[in-house]
This record gives sequence, structure tokens and C-alpha cells, in this order.
Amino acid sequence: MKCGVVVFPGSNCDHDVYHVLKHVLEQEVQFLWHGGSSVSDCDLIVLPGGFSYGDYLRAGAMAVHSPIMAAVREHAERGGRVLGICNGFQILLETGLLSGAMRRNQSLRFECRDAYLRVERADLPFTEGYRAGQVLRVPIAHAEGCYIDTADALDELEGNGQVVFRYVDANGGDATGEDAAKWNVNGSARAIAGVCNAAGNVLGMMPHPERCSEQLFGNDDGLALLASAAGVAATAVDPERLSA
Amino acid sequence: MTVRARVTVYPRREILDPQGKAIAGALERLGFDRVLDVRAGKSFEIVLSDNGSSVEDELSQISEKLLANTLIEDYSVELLESDSK
Repeated sequence: MKCGVVVFPGSNCDHDVYHVLKHVLEQEVQFLWHGGSSVSDCDLIVLPGGFSYGDYLRAGAMAVHSPIMAAVREHAERGGRVLGICNGFQILLETGLLSGAMRRNQSLRFECRDAYLRVERADLPFTEGYRAGQVLRVPIAHAEGCYIDTADALDELEGNGQVVFRYVDANGGDATGEDAAKWNVNGSARAIAGVCNAAGNVLGMMPHPERCSEQLFGNDDGLALLASAAGVAATAVDPERLSA
Repeated sequence: MTVRARVTVYPRREILDPQGKAIAGALERLGFDRVLDVRAGKSFEIVLSDNGSSVEDELSQISEKLLANTLIEDYSVELLESDSK
């Protein structure tokens, strides 16, 4: 699959995503400059993590008005795949391609650690390499990842099955009770870690699958996500690299 | 002619404002025990050319399109002064 990684001023996970797509999954990848007006012939567009435009105003708010975003929006509206990771998720929320908004983490701290995610849906182009209910360990690193929306909008998301990943405890249990803040790392409403649009071709998530896609780093729980997104069957990836 | 205006953006009332809460806590520790609540927001001073059309309308559009995320924030617009230079 042809993949494009958008580079905004301040993106800092663009090379990580590029590396996994290119060298681990052996796909055709190119960087797409924020000032460009086309996504070329890419099938998958990744909005990477980082601090686009220095997080000025609100995380993601300035990037929305980059020239490239009009092309990304068109690509999404045509049904093309768009994956937003961390700052990329914040940008997708600001564009309105995904619903909801981000507030400062409830801890008021920049949280940088592993989070446990439960795969709520394994029938999306992004998650078909997993099984529903599977628990993944994926690193997070952000200060503004507390996902919120109105109660009605949250009900609608849940009803439509648009909640794709949820923060859970290490055993996959709900992040509730006394330890809720330990597992729900940023205090997100209903412990939501990732959502998709109604059509399922746009996914936004705060955790970083590209940071856990090789056993060299001690964790490759995220590889199946990037593999699925890039249209690589999980079975086609060297099993040495992929955990069940 | 120019118009100077101020747009203030605050987290909506019904939304927990952890930053404001933290500031309120710090003020309490400093001994300002009359402080009951703090909300932290942002303020923008904007100078516009006055071409006769409504400045307020323009500022509302500016706020809705960029300055505020109306899902989580409210904004208010205040005209500060006109300059006829």
C-alpha cells in the first residue's frame, strides 16, 4: 500500500512511523509536507505525533489550517484511510473528522508511560490484525489527552461502535474504582483511548503504536495496527516480529 | 480607522478545569482564603480595520473558527477602542 506521513512544523514521530512502514512492513512511504496541497496517490495517510505549530492556541488547532489538510479531508471523505496518532488525533478532532475534544490531562502532568488498551473493535481496516477484547501495552506521551464530549455524543459513539480502544487495567478490566487514574492515564471520558468516524476509515488514538512495533524495543503490540492500516496481512509479517 | 477588541476564551462552566482548580488550590495555600473558585482561560487583543461592517460579527466568526473550540470553550467579545487615525 502507498503510505504518506504528513510532516508539520513540530511533528516529532514522523520518522518513527516512516521507519515502521518502510523498514519493518516494507511498504512504499513518502513524507507529505504540510505546505503541500496534495496527498499524491497515497492510500493511507498518517498524521504523526509531536507538537505541530508548538501546540499554539490549542493542540492541533493551527495544523488544521495547513494547506495539506484540505487534501487529507478530501481523502477521508472519499473513504481513504487516515490514522492520527497522539497530536495527529488532536488534529483530527480539531478538523471535525472525528468528534470530541481534548483537555489537559486530569493529573495536569505530561504523562509518559505504558498504557494498557483493550481492542473494542477488530473489524476495522486498522484493527483486523487483533481480536476483539485483546489487551495491548502501548506507550503514551502527552499532556493533553483527556478526551471529552457531551454525554449524548458519547452515547452515540458507543452506540455506533466508534470507540476502538479503551484504557484498561493490565488484565483488560475496566479502569474504574480506586486505581482508575493509574490505568486511565489522562482521565478520558469513559476511558476512551481511540475513536473512529462512523464509516470506520478514520482512526484517532493517543497511544503510539509506532513506538512498540519491533521486538528490538521489547514490545511489538503496535505492529499489527500499522500492518492492518497499511493493508499487510498480519500473517505476512515475520512471525518473529509479531506477538499473538 | 481601526478598532481594538478583546476576545476572552474560557473552558465551559460544566467542564472540569483542572488548571483553574490547581491555581485555586495554590491561592488557598498562600492564605487567600476568600478565593472560592478560579477558571483559567485565554485572552486575545485584536486590532481590525473598520470598514463599516459589523466588527462584532467578524470577531464572532474569528472566535468560532479558530480562537475557541466551542465544544469545550465559551468566548466573549469586548470592543476596547476605536482609533480614527
